[in-house]
Amino acid sequence: MTAAPASNSGWERLRGWFLLPARIWMAALFAAPFAIVIAYSLLTRGVYGGLGLPWTLENYRRVFDPLYLEIGLRSFWMAAATTAICLLLGFPLALFISRAGRRKNLYLQLVILPFWTSFLVRLYAWMFLLRDTGLINTVLQHLGLIHDPLPLLYNNGAVLLGLVYGYLPFMVLPVYATLERLDPGLEEAAADLGAKPWPALWHVILPLSAPGIRAGGVLVFIPALGAYLTPDLLGGGRTVLIGNLVQNQFTTARDWPFGAALSVGLMAIVGALVLLMLRREREGLL
Amino acid sequence: MKRCLGLYAAAVYLFLHVPLVILAIFSFNSSRFTVWQGFSLHWYRAIFQDQELSESTWNSIVIALAATLISTVVGTLCAYGLWKRSSKMLSGSLYLSLVTPEIVMGISLLALFQWSFRWLDWRLGLFTVILAHVAFSIAYVVIVVAARLRTLSPSLEEAALDLGATEWQAFRFVTLPALLPGIVAAALLALTVSFDDYVITSMVAGVDSQTLPMVIYAMARRGASPVINAISAIIVVFFGALVLISERVRES
Amino acid sequence: MDAILELRGLAKHFPNQRAVDGISLRIPRGGFFSLLGPSGCGKTTTLRLIAGFESPTAGEVLLNGAVVNAQKPYQRNVSTVFQNYALFPHLTAAENVAFGLKRKNRPEIDRRVREALELVRLAGKESRYPAQLSGGERQRVALARSLVLEPDVLLLDEPLAALDPKLRKQMRLELKEMQRRVGITFLLVTHDQEEALSMSDQLAVMNAGLIEQVGTPRDVYLRPSTRFVAGFLGAVNWIGGIGLRPEVTQLLRALPANGAASRAATVTGSVFLGNCVQVLARLESGEEATAEMPRNGCAFEPGEAVYVCWNPSDEMIFP
Repeated sequence: MTAAPASNSGWERLRGWFLLPARIWMAALFAAPFAIVIAYSLLTRGVYGGLGLPWTLENYRRVFDPLYLEIGLRSFWMAAATTAICLLLGFPLALFISRAGRRKNLYLQLVILPFWTSFLVRLYAWMFLLRDTGLINTVLQHLGLIHDPLPLLYNNGAVLLGLVYGYLPFMVLPVYATLERLDPGLEEAAADLGAKPWPALWHVILPLSAPGIRAGGVLVFIPALGAYLTPDLLGGGRTVLIGNLVQNQFTTARDWPFGAALSVGLMAIVGALVLLMLRREREGLL
Repeated sequence: MKRCLGLYAAAVYLFLHVPLVILAIFSFNSSRFTVWQGFSLHWYRAIFQDQELSESTWNSIVIALAATLISTVVGTLCAYGLWKRSSKMLSGSLYLSLVTPEIVMGISLLALFQWSFRWLDWRLGLFTVILAHVAFSIAYVVIVVAARLRTLSPSLEEAALDLGATEWQAFRFVTLPALLPGIVAAALLALTVSFDDYVITSMVAGVDSQTLPMVIYAMARRGASPVINAISAIIVVFFGALVLISERVRES
Repeated sequence: MDAILELRGLAKHFPNQRAVDGISLRIPRGGFFSLLGPSGCGKTTTLRLIAGFESPTAGEVLLNGAVVNAQKPYQRNVSTVFQNYALFPHLTAAENVAFGLKRKNRPEIDRRVREALELVRLAGKESRYPAQLSGGERQRVALARSLVLEPDVLLLDEPLAALDPKLRKQMRLELKEMQRRVGITFLLVTHDQEEALSMSDQLAVMNAGLIEQVGTPRDVYLRPSTRFVAGFLGAVNWIGGIGLRPEVTQLLRALPANGAASRAATVTGSVFLGNCVQVLARLESGEEATAEMPRNGCAFEPGEAVYVCWNPSDEMIFP
């Protein structure tokens, strides 16, 4: 339900004032910073770190160096794998919740709960479990199943696990929202027409949940692509993704222009995906 | 199929929650190793004696309260304005702020602040962190409040106008009270998101404005310490309670 | 006649639709007036134009002789009872009623609220919230809320549509009685012709954005000026270009002796409605006619040859 038509000038004026703070904030603290980053990406690294002239496209050329391309590709595959796994794990869960009747809200809250507790804490929990002296290795050694600790932490697998763990709710919620809105009569109609539960799922429910899957896919893929904290803690510096690379340029490497170029590249991909979403989803995103 | 789904769901919930439960359990371990050696509140006591922890926690609280206050006001007004008539530009940029990788937001805000230091006489500190937190919190507030607005009937405001209220009075006396549960829920979400943030905060905080997540990160990097377990347990319980309260409020 | 509300050439055009296409109306002071028409005819839009929620594409709205086009809803002395009542859920019944008084800074709020709630027979339910009231009670609160402001005109948008049938009939009488007691001009919008006929002093029939006829219930029912009005106000038998109401159409087995008009026909069926019997017959011309016959009269079998008869003075003729 949309609001009363704002053709009334009184509403228009009120709306104008109400949107002003958000407009200013987004312009000053979202758009402007990014504009500056774009500018920085065209400058050169100064002698002591920092910035200097001349204006150049060198940084963008460097982005395509094999070394960095490898990092980009790795990030892409990580993000894609994360999204796929989140979908595989998350869809059945969303389905379960949507069919849970009275307890729907409880189950939803159980999904949201970990998300609300600290992201850092959740990553640390896995460090606690996976490290060489962590719980899993200690238990396995105690049981005599292994002798030396398994290298569960500080590798790609751990990072993937961490990403899935962190972003699963972002897939579950949109998919659930779409499933919620489906007419329950559809399932009954399918059954009535002779479809068994699993084929009905595959042929009827799944296609209709496409909007939710798309939304969830974007909400998982993009942050996963630019993930920094997860590969940092769970990858221990061995798994370098774009996020780590960017962070590195702005701290230790002190090569702001290059870091800026990497960020611009990342945002270009993000922007393209968002535009695609905006075009497809008629209802608007917020 | 229902039983299949039920079993599966149980497994996923275990996957989501067990790591945190284990973390909490071991915060009561008297030994610093991953072998259980007895119940102890030793690590909890250690928290309260740590100077760095209490300072950073205080900073986190101040930042979270300030950022929540501002972003809730700005976000609520924004959601209302968009409800009256949508703005592709604004909602597009809000959505973008939501999906932008944190590291990119962090470095761009850092770039902005550093650039502004040329003209303005200030440094990185609590203030810059608060500004940054508001920037990424607004979208969350807008989502929650907008969802609440969608449940309201537009004829309520028309009735208010009909009875003699101006547009502003209609908002203030009719819509705002109806929005209150949504606003509270949005504020709690903003509070949590702000308190928990590491990536963006670490980029724009100054040397003397460490936040709790920053301290935790440093500790985690240095090596395992049950102190982190204890802090984590407290955080999980506290914010877990906050979520449940928020859901109660939202349902009312 | 003293017109409290006047519409002059009022029109409202939307991008893909002409909701109101130029209507003029004078609504007399102190009566019960209805706007009757099918869904989509523009009656609700007209109401909204009068209340100020829409601004006209052309024409004028005059209240007490003054043009109010430029006035916002909160500046006009009209009040609307919405179809879904639009009660403020976070306020009690009394607070809802007091809302307008507070906005306009009227004195003696408590007394007025009490009197308004007594008028709609809701005394004792002041501190209930809308969620705790029944549909009928909510409607009374909406009425009280608007009436307490003593508007020049009270606008009612299909007020009885949300009520169950028995309550509806009862509310018709109550609304009529209320209007008489309070003396305020009521303007009701409805698609239910029985409602409009039973409650109004005068009514206007609208169709596709235009007014087809204005008149008393009797005028409009017995002497409709267009075929549309005739058809909308009740059932019509169309026989060779004239219209006849079923209740004045009779079936006789022999030609009528007096000066009644008649046509030969064959019975095609009959329906027992409880209070009367509807007998359907097909004329030689192929047209169908329905006659309402007394229930304990003679029964007609399908296939019987009869005469459809009527009094010429009951004919409805259209240009």
